[in-house]
Parts: sequence; C-alpha cells; structure tokens
Amino acid sequence: MPPVEARWLRDWISSENRERQLCGRSAEVALAALAQGSSLDADLASLRGRCVLIATRDQLTAALAAIELDGVVRRLVLMPPEVSHEHLAAIMADAAVDVVVCDDVEKHAGFDAVSRVFCGSALRAVERGCFDPQPTEWVLFTSGTTGRPKMVIHSLAGLAGAVIRGGKRDSATVWSTFYDIRRYGGLQIFLRALHDGGSLVLSDADEPVGEFLARLGRQRVTHISGTPSHWRCVLMSAGAQAISPRYIRLSGEIADQAILNHLAASYPGARIGHAFASTEAGVGFDVNDGRAGFPASLIGAPGEVEMKIVEASLRIRSPRTAIGYVGGGAAPLADADGFVDTGDMLELIGNRYYFAGRKGGIINVGGLKVHPEEVEAVINRHPQVRMSLVRPHKSPITGAIVVAEVVLREEAAEAPALRDEILQLCREQLAQYKVPAVIRFVPVLAVTASGKLERRHG
Amino acid sequence: MTTKLTITSEMQRVAAEQKVELAPLSDDLNLLDSGLDSLCFAILVARLEDSLGVDPFTASDDVIFPVTLGEFVRAYENATR
Repeated sequence: MPPVEARWLRDWISSENRERQLCGRSAEVALAALAQGSSLDADLASLRGRCVLIATRDQLTAALAAIELDGVVRRLVLMPPEVSHEHLAAIMADAAVDVVVCDDVEKHAGFDAVSRVFCGSALRAVERGCFDPQPTEWVLFTSGTTGRPKMVIHSLAGLAGAVIRGGKRDSATVWSTFYDIRRYGGLQIFLRALHDGGSLVLSDADEPVGEFLARLGRQRVTHISGTPSHWRCVLMSAGAQAISPRYIRLSGEIADQAILNHLAASYPGARIGHAFASTEAGVGFDVNDGRAGFPASLIGAPGEVEMKIVEASLRIRSPRTAIGYVGGGAAPLADADGFVDTGDMLELIGNRYYFAGRKGGIINVGGLKVHPEEVEAVINRHPQVRMSLVRPHKSPITGAIVVAEVVLREEAAEAPALRDEILQLCREQLAQYKVPAVIRFVPVLAVTASGKLERRHG
Repeated sequence: MTTKLTITSEMQRVAAEQKVELAPLSDDLNLLDSGLDSLCFAILVARLEDSLGVDPFTASDDVIFPVTLGEFVRAYENATR
C-alpha cells in the first residue's frame, strides 16, 4: 500500500478492514465501526468550530473522540490525566475552551460554565453526513514543567510529519506504547498506528506493568515504544518475556548503551531504535544502528529537519515543530531563524554526538559542570545496577555535590563492597568532581507520568 | 563510634579514595593543611550528613566554616547533641 497523504485523521481509517482495532484495558473498538458509529453523545455539527478539551480518564475514549473531532472543531486540547485539576480553570481560560469531553459525568460535574459532552467506548449508531472539514489546532501539554502546565499548538500535518514520511502501510502491525497517547511520545504512536494501517493497544495508568505486558502478549503486539525508564521497568518485571516485539522504540530520554544492549539481549528478534523528539521541536530523527548517540553528519545536513548546535544545545527547524505556545503573552517558541532550542546538550566524541543531559539539569560542582546522565550511564554499567538517578546535593563547600540513588537488581545484596565497586567504576571513567560523593541504595526510583526519571533540581 | 572517630575515619577514607596524603590528625590541625582539597571536603561533608544525619554548615546560611579540625569536629558534636 502506498503512503496516504490524508489531511484528516478519519481518512486514515478505511471502513473495509474490520481487523483493525483500538484496544483499551477493558474495551476494544473496531476502527471501521466509526464509519457508522459515534463515541460522543452530541451531534458533531454542534461542535463545529468549537474549542474542545478532551478530559477523559480513559485513553480509549480520548482516542475515539480525537478521531471524530479532528477536522470538525477549531481546537482540540489533549489533557493528560495526571494534570492537576487545580490548574483546570487556568487551562480552560488560556486555551479558550468552550466544550469539555469527558467519560465520567460525575467527576466532571464542576464544568458548569461550558458544555459537556460524554464520550464512551460503546458506539451509538449515527448517519455520517457530508464532511466539510476545517483545520483543527492540536494542543498538547509540554512534559518538562511543574506548576501551571504549558501548552503548545501543533497542526496534524506537523504532528504526523515523521509518520507520513516514514510509514509503510501494514495492517498486520500491532502497536503499543507505554506512553499515554495524550503525551507527544504516545500521540506519535497513535498517529503511526492509524496511518500505517495497523492496530493499537493502549496502556492504562492503573494497570500493573506485569498485567499490561501479559495483555500485550495476548494481543500479539509487534511494535512497542516507551522511554528508557519504561523499558528498564519492563526488564525488571517478571513479565518481560510475555512480549516478543519485532520493533522496540525508545524516546523521550537519553537511550544509553546499557539499555540498548540489555534490550538487544532480552529481545534478540527485535529491531531496536531510539528517536529524538520533543513536544515543542517535534520528531527530529531516528537512530537504528543499535548505538547510543547519533552520527555527527546529521548536524547541518540538508533536509526536512535541519539541526544545528548553539552553545552545545541542539536546535531544530522543521515543519514538525509546534506552531507556538498557547496564550498571547507566551515567549516565542523559536529563535529569529525559526530554530527551536531543545535544551538538550550534546557532546561530540569521535564522529558521534551523545546527549549529555538537559541544559537546566546540570550540576555545578564548584564551577565545574556535571551532567547527571553521564554519571548515571557509568553507574548503570555495573552488572548489579538496575537503574540510577544522579542529582545535585547542596554543599557548603562547592555549592553542589553529586549524589546518586541506585536501584540494584533483585538478586543483588546491599553491601558496602558493592558501593565501593560502583565508586571505583566511576573513578576509573569520570573526572574526580563527577564521581558521586554519596551512593544510596533505594528500592525504587520515581518515574513521572510522562515516563521519565523524576528529577528534582536541588 | 564517637562523632570524632566517625569524622576522622571518613577523612581517611576520602583521602585514600582521592589518593592524597593525610596529615597527622590533631585538634589544632588547619583543615587546609590536612591534605584534603575543597572537593574532598565537599565529599566528606556530604558523607557525614549521610552517616551522622546532619550538615551543620548548610543548616544555616550564616554558619562559618571552621578552620581547624577541632572546630570542625565541635560543629558536628554541637549539631548532633
């Protein structure tokens, strides 16, 4: 099948193939059924031109609503479920929301000021009238912030840029993602599954990872995406062998060589790739050679996605970047030349660039800069280490000092000798000031709702 | 283990790790003459916070960092008392 150059999400769902499904934890919907069925309890015509906030609990209902509303409403705001309701009033005001789509009427009883539309996975039969589309702005929440959430505006063409370009249509593909599809990384997989002609199995925030993996196994999922932290969590799970993916995709965090190697060893039949993308800058590039980092030749190369490095930070200009932030007073997203600063720091080693952490995440030890990710990568090389978090600790002497929290493999016993071994490894491979002053063994490390290691800058 | 012994044994450990020679430890030894540099002290203070549960120098913004080993030890003794 050739790639489809469709402008509306509904064009990617043909009514012929009844095998294609969207699978939630407790319900499944055949995509073809949307041709004569609606998940919404309102007439689409009444939603035309409105600004709609999708605030469902369930990813399945959010997915169904998004497919139906693209090309109908003026603006579609995808709210991840973990966004605190204390910000709701501000979100609705900033994004000029006048309709809220929800799947739990009681929970959303507070939305009195706007119309409410109920969305459910049991479709109701409708006569589809003629579709007179208008462009829909897609509004996403950025992943890195705390406090009042920041929102960015995308077009469907921009969001799906990498999907349309790269997609080979294959109805046998069954995608899944550990991300929520209301986050940029998850939305990419949602669009990819719709565009490429396959099915999609959705995660559920309340589902234990072992049960989710078992469900992925039963659904014979072939393609799975997640952050390196998601994947470390999979490898820690007894259910890791329930899945046998043909393709594993990592994004959203730095994929270090250790996680790439562990995945290759655990899933010898899978192609493993890592991608660079951000909510603001869009999808940058894919790396499929099994190695961390990316070839230096990508920087400055001509093409749809242009990349340059300014003060060690990666900047991207492409049709896939967001159009701008929501709200009139917001700072411009791109520089004067149209490049978006990703805030991701790069380091050139040989002919390859490696991500060295976030601009803001840098630890300053007496004027010397330490990227936590660089230290974590060394610690993670120790065979008894499952994962680690390196963070600054306030020091009366050097301003900050490096400390590490380490999760050991199940069989490893916490022993002073192990701490010394890890420190020895760090001392061999890192400058003195980068070696953690203190290593604490912890049972678990917090992962944020967007699937990244929770970093509290101190 | 006394506070003082905890501190001196941690100093010896840091010195060994950083491959520096530690001067004989006496109360009137100037910290800067001890052989440990500022990074070593930053490491020492962070570790002592882990083992003794306190960092007497960060607890308040106006605590002056001690000059001698004796003062250094007393700061911890006062904070852990």
